[in-house]
Amino acid sequence: MSTEQRPVPTPTIGIPLMTDGTPKVAARNVNVYYGDKHAIRDVSMDISQREVTAFIGPSGCGKSTFLRCLNRMNDTIDICRIDGRIAIDDRDIYDRKMDVVQLRALVGMVFQKPNPFPKSIFENIAYGPRIHGLVDHKSDLDQLVQSSLERAGLWKEVKDRLDQPGTGLSGGQQQRLCIARAIAVQPEIILMDEPCSALDPIATSIVEDLIDELRASYTIVIVTHSMSQAARVSQKTAFFHLGDLVEFDETEKLFTNPQEQRTQDYVTGRFG
Amino acid sequence: MPQEPHKEHTIRSFEQELKVLENSIAQMGGLVEAQFSDSILALVRSDTELSTQVLEHDHRIDALEREIDHQTLRILALRHPHADDLRAVIAALKVASTLERMGDYAKNIAKRTLAIAQAPSFSGPISTISRMGTLVQEMVKNVLDAYLTRDVQMAEDVWRRDEEVDRLHTSLFRELLTYMMEDHRNITACTHLLFIAKNLERIGDHSTFIAEQVHFLVSGRLPTEERPKSDETSTVVVSTDQP
Repeated sequence: MSTEQRPVPTPTIGIPLMTDGTPKVAARNVNVYYGDKHAIRDVSMDISQREVTAFIGPSGCGKSTFLRCLNRMNDTIDICRIDGRIAIDDRDIYDRKMDVVQLRALVGMVFQKPNPFPKSIFENIAYGPRIHGLVDHKSDLDQLVQSSLERAGLWKEVKDRLDQPGTGLSGGQQQRLCIARAIAVQPEIILMDEPCSALDPIATSIVEDLIDELRASYTIVIVTHSMSQAARVSQKTAFFHLGDLVEFDETEKLFTNPQEQRTQDYVTGRFG
Repeated sequence: MPQEPHKEHTIRSFEQELKVLENSIAQMGGLVEAQFSDSILALVRSDTELSTQVLEHDHRIDALEREIDHQTLRILALRHPHADDLRAVIAALKVASTLERMGDYAKNIAKRTLAIAQAPSFSGPISTISRMGTLVQEMVKNVLDAYLTRDVQMAEDVWRRDEEVDRLHTSLFRELLTYMMEDHRNITACTHLLFIAKNLERIGDHSTFIAEQVHFLVSGRLPTEERPKSDETSTVVVSTDQP
């Protein structure tokens, strides 16, 4: 990626950028290669501030790969090569001067399988703010842990057992603990890679409700295999197929009147 | 966005359920067409036996509507259809309830035909009614074909032809008022014929509603243009000086 700050070019493909005003994330002509495999093909899109954007598509379509470009998680894969430009608040995140640790605090991530640290509930939340030096006093840390757990809708359930291991919680609670952990370092964007696929329907509803609440404060991008989940939680939906961004539109429009044949086939279950 | 016709759902039982729904609509449409054309035929020929038969057959349409309600509810609850499937299910629900009303109008025509048969003999405007009936029958037939074949052009033709029905209705309305002024013995028959004309006009309107659903089904949008209308019966005054 280029290190210089250049103006954001207009996208080269005929997909509306779907942004009202300044986008939180602007991706332009992004290509991702795993060795010889061209995993993402010339994707340009704008992700709006304080909205939920869902990425859908069949396995291997590139949705998770693209999501991982947004906080440079693909950097850890040696054979992965990325070109194009991704800017957050107009700042190129692949700029050489970009501090990746800071970037990942700004862009938090929640994974498919809840992965709490093998530590107490309190320590799970306190760890991030401590290493990022976000708090000076113990009382501030206590306050931050509480507010993070409150925002993740978990406080009432765990406030009397903060010293117990995070791994002892139920699957749904563990996932909310991971969301609280992501929130604790005060991110602006939260990426979620199939956050509910290991949860039962009730835990899923609780997390979906939480996502809806969080969007007032954060920009959320969620990858999901469940089209009904995308329909339920997001305001905009992007459909990926074979590395192409096929269609990106208001969620309601994409599920009632998609414009592309491939989207139509996918959302109506005529694929494969 | 129109889908490629050959492409089937990955889940075959879902495909099957959508086909069954479509067949039910086709069947219901066929029944309504038959009921309607029988009701007109019975009126033109003063055939009370055929009118009675129309009255007796209406419950079949009602039963099919309930069946379609059940099918759509089931698909919505269990299949969560999207995009054109969703539109097809919603349109089926609306078209079924529209067809049921069209059936009711046919039944009402049959009822009034029986009443007219008991009134003093009078056959003045039957030819105009018959002409209006033929036109509306054609609209009903075409709009159902358009629905089943997803033919937007044909649906739009139906949508535009309703203006002609409106015009015939207005002229029939004047004609009937004149007959009533001429001879008060005509009033019973003419009043029933007025309602029959209104029923025909309503069936025409319902056909345009189905035409709009075809547009929605195929394009995802309702027609933006205002439908041309020429029904002036609400403001017609026939002066007593007129012959």
